[in-house]
Amino acid sequence: MAKHPTPMLDQLESGPWPSFVSDLKQLAEARAQNKEGVEFQIPADVAEDLLGILELSYKHGRTHWKHGGIVGVFGYGGGVIGRYCDQPEEFSGVAHFHTMRINQPGGKFYTSEYLRNLCDLWDFRGSGITNMHGSTGDIIFLGTTTPQLEEIFFELTHKYNQDLGGSGSNLRTPSDCIGQARCEYACYDTQAMCYDLTQEYQDELHRPAFPYKFKFKFDGCPNCCVASIARADFSFIGTWRDNIKIDQKAVQAYIGGEIPPNAGAHSGRDWGKFDIQAEVIDLCPTECMAMDGKTLKINDKECNRCMHCINVMPRALRIGDDRGVSVLAGAKAPILDGAQMGTLIVPFISAEPPYTEIKETVIEPIWDWWMEEGKNRERLGELMKRQGLQKLLEVTGLNPDPRMVQEPRSNPYIFWNEDEVEGGWERDINEFRKDHRR
Amino acid sequence: MEYEEAKEKLVAALQKKQKTKSKFYFNDLAKILEAKPRDAKKVINRMVQEQVLEYWSSGSTSLYGLHGTGKQAAAEHED
Ligand code: HEM
Ligand code: HEM
Ligand code: SF4
Ligand code: SF4
Repeated sequence: MAKHPTPMLDQLESGPWPSFVSDLKQLAEARAQNKEGVEFQIPADVAEDLLGILELSYKHGRTHWKHGGIVGVFGYGGGVIGRYCDQPEEFSGVAHFHTMRINQPGGKFYTSEYLRNLCDLWDFRGSGITNMHGSTGDIIFLGTTTPQLEEIFFELTHKYNQDLGGSGSNLRTPSDCIGQARCEYACYDTQAMCYDLTQEYQDELHRPAFPYKFKFKFDGCPNCCVASIARADFSFIGTWRDNIKIDQKAVQAYIGGEIPPNAGAHSGRDWGKFDIQAEVIDLCPTECMAMDGKTLKINDKECNRCMHCINVMPRALRIGDDRGVSVLAGAKAPILDGAQMGTLIVPFISAEPPYTEIKETVIEPIWDWWMEEGKNRERLGELMKRQGLQKLLEVTGLNPDPRMVQEPRSNPYIFWNEDEVEGGWERDINEFRKDHRR
Repeated sequence: MEYEEAKEKLVAALQKKQKTKSKFYFNDLAKILEAKPRDAKKVINRMVQEQVLEYWSSGSTSLYGLHGTGKQAAAEHED
């Protein structure tokens, strides 16, 4: 018999999808039985009370969580999100229910031993409820009490060589795609760069001094598996600036049906014979592909590296060899202002360690600008809108480039300053009137 | 500005505002210190280490306050 009746939550379980309600009930049951004899450091009935208070919130149509708190581990201004419920008597198991963000490993590679250790620690000192992974990428530990925080932090750092991630007004845990570890599309080593910048900017990660949150995300290619272009203040997207490598024999093998398109990803249904014209060439957004007899031609100057043709025919087409990253800035979800995609600020830059150019000419000058000019809770993308792309170019010293233009009339205006123009703004009116009548 | 001098200035300013406000944005503190954010951060980090200041976080936004002040501390009996 459940501790709290939850008729509304129970109804959620009837849907066709996996249900968090079922998961929580299963956990509640497991903690009640405690077959492994864990010495729970927080109430054993935490999952029951979590279900109970959620049911109450549904009933009232209001949340029963208070907002924020001073909890944290000593010296860190992020990584712990304090949560307290406002019905601590009835739901004592979740009186404190703090979240901890655990900095996920690059590419989210784990050993099962590592995962087991984390889960054992969390069963022992927390609710046992995890979220793999939060939208920041972190491993999320959901629900523990204030006295457990330092204990957990000590064990994480000393036993498992594992740090907390970011929260609040600081650099959030940088996150990356699986990259060169498994993916042949990766134009740079996303994990190396993610790790390097995470180490370099520890102070920014743990000690909040920004106007608001700030995210780095690393995608090895424009397929954007971590969706950096839509949700990072700095998106590092792998690219190349020479030509797509074509294996004409393999192109013919796709046409002849010997190799399944999209690496067989759509083979669950019969889509008919592969049609290179309809499925690749006509879908190229820049219309830069054509068949010339039996030869596939690509006008690489026009290609915007959308990845479509490579995704369809990975064995025939490969990314170029002159590789680096494009940097985009200012993507964000709607909080103060509407949602925004990233704006291209660096079309191509080398992504080789130690990434000095990226740090010194892109990241740090833009941070300095945003830290000084950004209003409280203003994301970089909003500052870019408020003060203009030109201001960003000025603080970074980047040269204006047509590729920064999102579309006509959104951001094409580049104004010259007087000192950039020969002769300045002064003119001799009499000289001028010789050629121009009033 | 010397650290001790900066600390005194910040504590005095925050104490003065205590009646109406207990939590401050980083930029508010930098303004009081009349320092660039990066310089202000050095002072503020040290004041957190010395437990003169403490962090408060909503989860998405971070604020600073004098140690042990503010509603949360009272609610938590950590005064
Ligand atoms: C070097 C010379 C010129 C420059 C740099 C220039 C620049 C511009 C720019 C930046 C815009 C705004 C574009 C946009 O909103 O997307 C514009 C619009 C326009 N320009 Fe020019 N312009 C030039 C010469 C001319 C000339 C010679 C004419 C006509 C005789 C002209 C007529 C117009 C018109 C009608 C528009 C509005 C277009 C529209 O409504 O879409 N421009 N120009
Ligand atoms: C009966 C005559 C005309 C009609 C009904 C007419 C109608 C229009 C309309 C409906 C627009 C679009 C306005 C908008 O979307 O904001 C427009 C724009 C424009 N028209 Fe006309 N027009 C006429 C004559 C002319 C003439 C004679 C000229 C030039 C000598 C001209 C130059 C322009 C320009 C440059 C624009 C673009 C304005 C801008 O958005 O920058 N039009 N016109
Ligand atoms: S973003 Fe590109 S490189 Fe990274 S995993 Fe996805 S397809 Fe591969
Ligand atoms: S990557 Fe995209 S733009 Fe480039 S050739 Fe292929 S389909 Fe066209």
